[in-house]
Amino acid sequence: MSDDLYDPPDRPLEPTNVQPLDGMEASDAIRDEVRMDPSGGSVGAVTSGGLWRTVGREVVRKKSAIIGMALLSVLLLLAVFAPIIAPYPPDQVLFDEGVSPRDPPCIHLFGCPEDQPQHILGIDGNGRDYFARIVYGSRVSLLAAFAAVLFAVVWGTLIGLVSGFFGGWTDNVLMRIMDVLLSFPSLLLAIAVVTVLGPGLINSILAIAIVTIPQYARIVRSSVLSIREQEYVSADQALGVSRWRLLIHRIFPNTLTPLIVIATLGIATAVLEIASLSFLGLGVQPPTPEWGSMLAAERNQVFTAPHLVFFAGLMIMWNVLGFNLLGDGLRDAIDPRLGR
Amino acid sequence: MTVQASDDPILEISGLETYFFTRDGVVRAVDGVDLTVGKGEILGLVGESGCGKSVTSMSVLRLIQNPGEIVGGSIRFRGESLLDLSEKEMRAIRGDRISMIFQQPVGSLNPVFTAGSQIAEVYEIHEHMTSKESKARADEMLEKVGIPDAERRAKAYPHELSGGMAQRVMIAMALAADPELLIADEPTTALDVTIQAQIIDLMREIRDDLGTSIIIITHDLGVVAEIADRVAVMYAGEIVEEADTKTLFADPKHPYTKGLIGSIPVAGLRREWLDVIPGRVPNLIDLPTGCRFAPRCRAREEAGLTICTEQRPELRTVEGEHTVRCFLYQEEAR
Amino acid sequence: MTEPLVRITGLVKTYPVKGGAFQKVLGTVRAVDGVDLKIYQGEALGLVGESGCGKSTFGRAILRLEEPDAGSVVFDGEDVLQLSRKQLKQYRRDAQVVFQDPFGSLDPRTSVGDSIAEGPRVQGLSRKERGQRVGEVLELVGLEPYHANRYAHEFSGGQRQRIGIARALAVNPRFLVLDEPVSALDVSIQSQILNLLKQLQRELDLTLLFIAHDLSVVEHLCDRIAVMYLGRIVEIASRDDIFASPTHPYTEALLSAIPVPDPTVHRQRILLEGDLPSPLHPPTGCGFNTRCPIAQQGICDVHEPELRPVDDGSHKASCHLRTGDYQDLDRPLLAST
Repeated sequence: MSDDLYDPPDRPLEPTNVQPLDGMEASDAIRDEVRMDPSGGSVGAVTSGGLWRTVGREVVRKKSAIIGMALLSVLLLLAVFAPIIAPYPPDQVLFDEGVSPRDPPCIHLFGCPEDQPQHILGIDGNGRDYFARIVYGSRVSLLAAFAAVLFAVVWGTLIGLVSGFFGGWTDNVLMRIMDVLLSFPSLLLAIAVVTVLGPGLINSILAIAIVTIPQYARIVRSSVLSIREQEYVSADQALGVSRWRLLIHRIFPNTLTPLIVIATLGIATAVLEIASLSFLGLGVQPPTPEWGSMLAAERNQVFTAPHLVFFAGLMIMWNVLGFNLLGDGLRDAIDPRLGR
Repeated sequence: MTVQASDDPILEISGLETYFFTRDGVVRAVDGVDLTVGKGEILGLVGESGCGKSVTSMSVLRLIQNPGEIVGGSIRFRGESLLDLSEKEMRAIRGDRISMIFQQPVGSLNPVFTAGSQIAEVYEIHEHMTSKESKARADEMLEKVGIPDAERRAKAYPHELSGGMAQRVMIAMALAADPELLIADEPTTALDVTIQAQIIDLMREIRDDLGTSIIIITHDLGVVAEIADRVAVMYAGEIVEEADTKTLFADPKHPYTKGLIGSIPVAGLRREWLDVIPGRVPNLIDLPTGCRFAPRCRAREEAGLTICTEQRPELRTVEGEHTVRCFLYQEEAR
Repeated sequence: MTEPLVRITGLVKTYPVKGGAFQKVLGTVRAVDGVDLKIYQGEALGLVGESGCGKSTFGRAILRLEEPDAGSVVFDGEDVLQLSRKQLKQYRRDAQVVFQDPFGSLDPRTSVGDSIAEGPRVQGLSRKERGQRVGEVLELVGLEPYHANRYAHEFSGGQRQRIGIARALAVNPRFLVLDEPVSALDVSIQSQILNLLKQLQRELDLTLLFIAHDLSVVEHLCDRIAVMYLGRIVEIASRDDIFASPTHPYTEALLSAIPVPDPTVHRQRILLEGDLPSPLHPPTGCGFNTRCPIAQQGICDVHEPELRPVDDGSHKASCHLRTGDYQDLDRPLLAST
């Protein structure tokens, strides 16, 4: 055997009995897993396709993620198909129909007499169909939460990237500003911002966004700090890749994983904060339907018209739970892969 | 004073099967392994990543966790079946009668406790000593494993220790309760070569002075040649060859063993090209029928054997204590 | 005497060590402490040492992946340490690197082909040319062009190292720095990669700086070998001379410590006492004196030794007692056996 000349590497003498998964030989992946994992390969084979496909596959296996997605799909449907689902426009006052404020629910299926107009969740304090307001409220909640988080993520990422990559004084200054923002309780700070800017949905979205930027900046910055030390970044440097391309093309995509998880969970928090601001009267202004403000409007009627309080609260909870479960599922799906 | 290996084996592993039940299939990490370790003997368990050597040692200490499970075979320690013991009984054995040291010494020590206290803990748990007594014994142990200025070092935290020092602390912990068997899983892989030499010497001393049997698991054939009395070579979950060290290196039989020995560059032995074993380790979920090494085996091709891909060879004796799992050495193959 | 392709003079790289609540500078680590080295066109030079000796830092410094604090690196007549970032473009093509960790050296988010194409992209190749080049280098390292579409995690450690080598070769370099390229691989894969490197060196007429901690690996590939300890080169010689007549006590200890896969070889082991000294507080005098079996008090712990010729000139070692002014004081290293 030692007489042999150098043999071309990796060309097996004949095909092995291994059935390739998705066009790739799973043996290598198992071997890698086994090497990294002292249990000797308990993790299954990683299959081909980019990292996202693998993560996607993992996510749909997680019960929490599936439940989360189910909850959110319902909300999404409500939001998208609101005009069709809601029997009345959300701000239409219905006194001329003969209803009174805070009428209890009237569902014909459950015995409400036919001559009374059907209002599944009753009438709110201003004579509007409560169910319609709940349905339309989903639009505001989802959009507002998304917008706030999106704004925060974009700015937070920019700050984190620049801070982590360039270091030095830039890093110092930016991070101290972030520290200042972080030292306030977020809700109080949001209230302060809204007080300065004036109440309203847009302003409250802005306020919450500003308050959450530091969180994302920190996450991205720490990702950048660790990715910067990776050998594949050094390899690019050795190839002469410019610093900007390095940052945007090589480093940034690798910061996305933790970011996505935190952002998803962050939407849940944003929903709560929007609701809270609206509850305090600083967010959404009447007559826009929004669950938090709807809660506020009827908070004194807890015992006399509980349906007006309960369902708004339930929807907020539904929303938050959905995003939390999805975020958890995402995190679990990403984690084992993150080990690389 | 060298302790002679007596006839009474300390550890007898027979037909061990440890499988991992993953979503993608069953990983047959250890698939029918027989091993014996005599008293005062150093057994080298050699193989590359994924061959199952670490899983074998973890199985002995019953440290295999979900989704892994020991599904078959027996492990007898001093005649007692380890697989039948309760978890509580196993805990009494771990650290006391069978100890283990790991590859990454600094990472395997608890970062929030001092080195000395971690060794002392062994005495407190297994020998029920008071904290004062155990501290004194811990300092003694540190000296025994060659750490100078032991009393001061005992107060150091793992991150303050160098790799070699940390490995000695691990060895001290492992030996504290005077175990009969020490399992060393890649103990020198993460260490510099000069430190490695110290640790290998230390292990040999331990066997010589205390009579501890040692299983040393490694991929480094050089280490095994230095210290082991007998060597077992593992591939894809099976033992493919076993012999005493001199014989294994002088006359390796299995093509994998030969390939492995041939692929190591040896200082002072100049060769144009190193031997290469073509191909890759098989997928442990979807193993080929027949001999697991067959797809990569040049000798099979040269000998024109077809049985290798059809049947799985058994471990047979070639001469004396030398066993091989290969059809090249079995008459019925021709 | 031909002019070396790379001439390194007085290279120094230090790191400040910060600590405490306010990140005060506690001290400096002299990772590379004044190194001179000449690397000739077409040769493979091995740089060997244990962890903390500064060999990796040295490799990175000469590529300007870390900025050295002092010294010069003259590549093909030009001191690359003086070049501006823009002027470095040619050097970035001529000098490349292969890293140790097959798992950390490839971007997990991009396809392997894209990783390899990055170098050619910087050098200005068109998209079509890049595609071609990627296919070419993949075949050069024993993989297939269609592997370019796959992702790093789909490959084994050995294959990833090949991809790393392909990436370095894609810009057609003349000089390759290999930082422990096989240390993280299994033994049987190591031999594949070592053979590959040998073959590539010949085919492409590459100059190699092979950084490793394993002398036997280095011996297989390298014509000359330099031994480093605590940021300095303590011995440099041809491959044959290093193994036949190691002169510096550290080299001797290193050689005797390598486990040989042959149980019949009984070597007289030179066991070094203790561990590497902390680079924050290096010993006075010769860096090795705290662990050296032949160190002489009053000499070795006071004066720093220099690299002096052992005999004919190309073999050099830095030891007061072996090549310095105190050779008469040397006692045999191995006492009576």
